[in-house]
Amino acid sequence: MIDFELSPAIQNSRQMIHMLADQVMRPISREYDEREHEKPTEFLNMMWSVSAGSSFGNAKDSKDSALASGSVKEGNLASCVNIEELSWGDAGLYLTIPNAGLGGAAVLAAGTPEQKQRFLAPFKGGEPKWGAMAITEPHCGSDSAAIQTTAVRDGDQWVLNGTKIYCTSGLMAAEKSDGFVVVWATVDKSAGRAGIKSFVVPAHTPGMKVIKVENKLGIRASDTAMIVFEDCRIPLDNILGSAEVKTSTEGFKGAMATFDATRPLVAASALGIGRAALDFAREALERAGITIRYGLAPSKLTAIERDFMEIESDLHAARLLTWRAAWMMDRGKRNNLEASMAKAKAGLAVTRVTQKAVEFLGPLGYSRKLLLEKWMRDAKINDIFEGTQQINMLIVARRILGYSSKELS
Amino acid sequence: MFDLELTEDQKLVQETVASFARAEIRPAARDADETGSIPSGLADKGFELGLVSSAIPEEHGGFGEQRSTVTGAIVAEELGWGDVSIALQLLAPRLLVYPLLEAGTPEQRAKYLPSFAQSFRAATAAVVEPRIDFDTTQFATTATPENGGFVLNGTKCFVPLAEESEAMLVIAQQGDAPAAFLVDRASPGVTVGEREKNMGLKALATYEVSFESVRLPAAARLGGERGADVERVLNLSRIALGSLAVGMARGAFEYARDYAKERKAFGVAIAQKQAIAFILAEMAIEIDAARLLLWEAAWLLDQARPASREAILAKRYASNMVLKVADNAVQVLGGHGYVRDHPVELWLRNARGFTSFEGMAIV
Repeated sequence: MIDFELSPAIQNSRQMIHMLADQVMRPISREYDEREHEKPTEFLNMMWSVSAGSSFGNAKDSKDSALASGSVKEGNLASCVNIEELSWGDAGLYLTIPNAGLGGAAVLAAGTPEQKQRFLAPFKGGEPKWGAMAITEPHCGSDSAAIQTTAVRDGDQWVLNGTKIYCTSGLMAAEKSDGFVVVWATVDKSAGRAGIKSFVVPAHTPGMKVIKVENKLGIRASDTAMIVFEDCRIPLDNILGSAEVKTSTEGFKGAMATFDATRPLVAASALGIGRAALDFAREALERAGITIRYGLAPSKLTAIERDFMEIESDLHAARLLTWRAAWMMDRGKRNNLEASMAKAKAGLAVTRVTQKAVEFLGPLGYSRKLLLEKWMRDAKINDIFEGTQQINMLIVARRILGYSSKELS
Repeated sequence: MFDLELTEDQKLVQETVASFARAEIRPAARDADETGSIPSGLADKGFELGLVSSAIPEEHGGFGEQRSTVTGAIVAEELGWGDVSIALQLLAPRLLVYPLLEAGTPEQRAKYLPSFAQSFRAATAAVVEPRIDFDTTQFATTATPENGGFVLNGTKCFVPLAEESEAMLVIAQQGDAPAAFLVDRASPGVTVGEREKNMGLKALATYEVSFESVRLPAAARLGGERGADVERVLNLSRIALGSLAVGMARGAFEYARDYAKERKAFGVAIAQKQAIAFILAEMAIEIDAARLLLWEAAWLLDQARPASREAILAKRYASNMVLKVADNAVQVLGGHGYVRDHPVELWLRNARGFTSFEGMAIV
């Protein structure tokens, strides 16, 4: 039955996380934007102690019934709501929170029960840990099938060679904790997509080295790493899914399914930044004596009111698309189309919302005294990572037209 | 908890109305637009579906089913997919019936409802006013208390089926708030003007209606002494109009999509070009977005919670969306979109109106 009410469990966690975002994240938001590459150790330890093994910030296995919110399967929706709050606090800091992250999502999407246990159990305690996912290479981003990093079997090991870039939390996952990096590599270049597999490389594995941490437009609190793999050896059973190269692209599709889980989460982060800017702009305008009047004739509306209503409903529309995609995941429904719809819409919406909010405040909006300009910088990444807006539009287009990637490229 | 699954009942209603729209409404849409009228008997067929009578209580001859704004939104979308002009006509009796169900006194219900439960009978609501700054925050039509009753003055436009309706609901300013009045077409001072000539909605007869010192008894005010929540009535209308827009947009999207897969250029279907494919993808996303906004506002109204902002924004979103979708549908068809052999030009003309329409349908 159609119901837009979040469950009490989700509402409670949202409220708690909102307090944390407001009282812990906002006060250090500017500091760790300015001090790029430095880690908010106190914050990270605190987040680890409150969140290790719990629900927030991760994709959820729809088959896993032991969720924080009880027996009802709403883990992905809960994550979306929580991530929106954390990103309302600070999107860069949210990305630094120790957890299995996108690497964990890949393990959940393609790993065996034994692998899930082996790789994810350590995230339930001990020292803070990070998981990361390494897909992008210097010469290929959206075109993941063009990956050149190789994985060659040698006895009871896989040997990885190649260079990965733009790996979120890559430094923390590969070298600064006992986490892991999920690496996409080809086991057979001649097989194209069918040859692409993902591998779990535990932190500190010899041959894996972070050689650069990027300087970025926004989300500066989060490290984005370039990682080189040079004869990096991992156990045979660290491959996610089957090692067999099938003539079909089943395996690659399986790997891509990770995105069905993670795109709503990225969209949720976009929503949080967008809401931060929208809330702030509304309050600033009200202090200046400008209230948004809903339901007026076009001839009576001011430009600000018109713009404000547009970005407000755009952002909320993105939120509902995001919740739908997460809800489908929770119900075990295939959400490939809906996840891409949500991501494309949210990435674009947050970009517009934050840019408009800066405009609303005139010269004040441009100043680093306020966080608005930071939110605008942070926002843009959501239009790019985890599939650019355009790649997601392409996926939506293929799905609604019933075209393969060959028919519509 | 958050859920987007329709109930079995809703799925059944959706399928039933969708088949009706496919079999009866869509095939009649072009001729209806050209001739300015709908096929005889179509309104009766719509009535047979229970579009009006299902919510009328059994004591007044209806089926007494519980009204749901969400279900109403689903039904309106399917009808809008068929044709908006025809849909507005089939739904017109509700313009009087639903406000009565919302807020009518027992006497008011007993007076009007039984006849609407029996067969299709035209009824209407006069909400929109012919002025550039029209909105629903302040009506220029006024109801002034006098001798225990009211005197109604003002002019309305976009009043559907006014000529053939015996009774209408009129929204007028009473002091600093709007109120709704049940007005007989035959009351002295009520003048129904010439049929309006509009860019779209050509199959729907709409009229300018003027009220000149129309004397109404106190009992003519909807809800009597207690009055009515006019804002809620307007919100229910926003959901109806927004959902009609979503339905029409879906129709336009499907038509453009199918055309783009058939039409070849440079050796491939034009849908295989990103320039076209991305337009279609955006349509699909925006249609879903508008529907979700409307469903949420509808759900709030079903919970009897404040929903004005949500309903206003959802209807606004849907109105902008449908225009863009219809415009792009014409664009995808190119020159073929501009000729009347295809329906997309009709949809573009109908789509433009949604930012002007208020109170012309209700769920």
